Amino acid sequence: MYGSTRHEVRINRPAADVWALAGDPAKLHHWFPGIVDCTVDGTSRVIVTGSGIPMPEEILLCDSTQRRFQYRLTIPIFKHHRGTIDIIDLGDDTCLAVYSTEADPRAMALVIGGGSLGALKELKRQLETPTEEHN
Amino acid sequence: MGRKILFITTDQQRYDTLGCNGGTIARTPVIDTVASQGIRYERAHPQSVVCMPSRSTMLTGQHVSTHGVWMNGVPLPDDAPSVAEVLQQAGYRTAIVGKPHFEPFLDPFGRFAENGFASRGTFGPHRGFEHFESATHGAAGPLHYARWLTSTHPEAVGMFYPVLDSSLEVNAMGGGDTGAPQAWANQIPKEWYHTDWVADRTISWLDSLSVDDDWFCWMSFPDPHHPWDPPASEVGRIDWHDVPLPAGYIADAAEREAVLDAKPAHYRAWYDGRLVSNYEAPAAWVPATLTADQLREVTALNAVECELIDEAIGRVLAAISVRGWTDDVDIVFTTDHGELGGDFGLLFKGPYHVDGLMRLPFIWRPAPSAGVAPAVVTKPVGHLDLAPTFCAIAGLAAAPWMEGKALPVDDADADARHFERVLTEWDSELFGVGVHARTITRDGYVCTTYLPGTAHDGTEGELYDMADDPLQRVNRWADPAFAALRSDLVADLWDHQPPMKSPLPTVEAPV
Repeated sequence: MYGSTRHEVRINRPAADVWALAGDPAKLHHWFPGIVDCTVDGTSRVIVTGSGIPMPEEILLCDSTQRRFQYRLTIPIFKHHRGTIDIIDLGDDTCLAVYSTEADPRAMALVIGGGSLGALKELKRQLETPTEEHN
Repeated sequence: MGRKILFITTDQQRYDTLGCNGGTIARTPVIDTVASQGIRYERAHPQSVVCMPSRSTMLTGQHVSTHGVWMNGVPLPDDAPSVAEVLQQAGYRTAIVGKPHFEPFLDPFGRFAENGFASRGTFGPHRGFEHFESATHGAAGPLHYARWLTSTHPEAVGMFYPVLDSSLEVNAMGGGDTGAPQAWANQIPKEWYHTDWVADRTISWLDSLSVDDDWFCWMSFPDPHHPWDPPASEVGRIDWHDVPLPAGYIADAAEREAVLDAKPAHYRAWYDGRLVSNYEAPAAWVPATLTADQLREVTALNAVECELIDEAIGRVLAAISVRGWTDDVDIVFTTDHGELGGDFGLLFKGPYHVDGLMRLPFIWRPAPSAGVAPAVVTKPVGHLDLAPTFCAIAGLAAAPWMEGKALPVDDADADARHFERVLTEWDSELFGVGVHARTITRDGYVCTTYLPGTAHDGTEGELYDMADDPLQRVNRWADPAFAALRSDLVADLWDHQPPMKSPLPTVEAPV
């Protein structure tokens, strides 16, 4: 069965600044709590979760013009998965970061969605904290 | 040296599974004896009928709307109030052994603290518990029991019923002799099963204490929650063929369905397989397919699990006696919520505020040194009252954030301190299906009002007279003769129902 989640957070930083971190597929573990490592090779990415599980992914889209990043988990438990990160310029030097998850099995949409909410909060915390080192 | 507290919880245990509450299938002599020495509550209700919200109420002493764990999958914040922390600060040694479930269990990212201790080989501290040793319903997952079984008896890991199916839904697979959902012949030796493990680990922690320590130990058994997979060596204790059908089961299908049709629409919709409102019951199982023999077998397996718990408690009480503590130990026994157990043809749990899920086994045996007389309390109490009771036992005032009152010791005490009502909440929003209900139990009536949701427009409700209709078959919600009572109960409910925490905490996993 199919399920989806969508979370968003407004960040008081220009969209370009946020995209510089959120749009870099090799830096996901810098801001996604529970992902401890991240390796990119072309359109392949392997993340390692906090519980030690490696998860291979396919990068579907990394569009710096639209500021949209899309990927899918390719481990067999998923019949379908697509994650989408959008950084939307609000025109006042702030932006909206949106993290959407579609998954079958649907339970994984909730699990990843819960993680992505924590990730958005961490992204906001890092980017709105002047002294935070995130490069 | 003060009074010590042994807080015993089970998971999803019906009121009528204990001998002291009239149960006739499981033999529960240990708890029956504890009840005879203490106070047995006949109308104790949870503030939620699913695990995480209910357990969060036990720990915080707060209504669900206040602590904000409004459905399974919503984590209790790490800094939420905790009665264990209050007791620890007062000098108590504190532990939880067994099922905690204050945080989501499905946690591949390892984001939640209670899932991380076992992999690091640590045991807390967490939420005021200096010792945090965890287990759940089987050998899967990140908790201490699973790690212990995997490392010491790896051949047993695959013997449990697979709680989730390949789609990560609660499994509907049938087993046992009858093909009943979640019935299973588990070949694990009894001494490796989680019930005995919880008792063993509790005894081990108690043995680590100084005889002069004051302590609060929450011993939390994962059973008799489904899956019904007790050790196969023990299943022969109760022959399911001999088990009577529960009083709440209506054998005639037409009569059963007429009763369901008189309740709000989600009852019949789930029964027919047209609506799955919550994650906790198998999504692929249709209650209308439940046979009488399947129910007999489930009831028998459930009773075996209750017997194993009773015997495990007996071992812990014996260990306490060896330490010379018995006269100074308060024992509180309850469960997080009940089990539908065949009532109206339904199993498992969901948004159904009827006695199968709401009427709790609930016993407090004060320390014999306190000199409290045995009693039976008929007035309504709830999980909300546990945390203030633990404070009172320790000689502490209830913390200001606690919303209940120390439990009454008899009905006169309950009257004097205005134990008049108990509230229960349900909220769920899962993959586009929402159910929202609020319930008040007062003056011998159970009254539930539904808020707008997938199956309800906000006008539906349930009203049962517990004296004339103990099996809750006749819904008086729309009966003109009960209109004034209904209005009064609903008004009283909203007068006492705290507002939901805002902003609404997010669901971060299915369970």
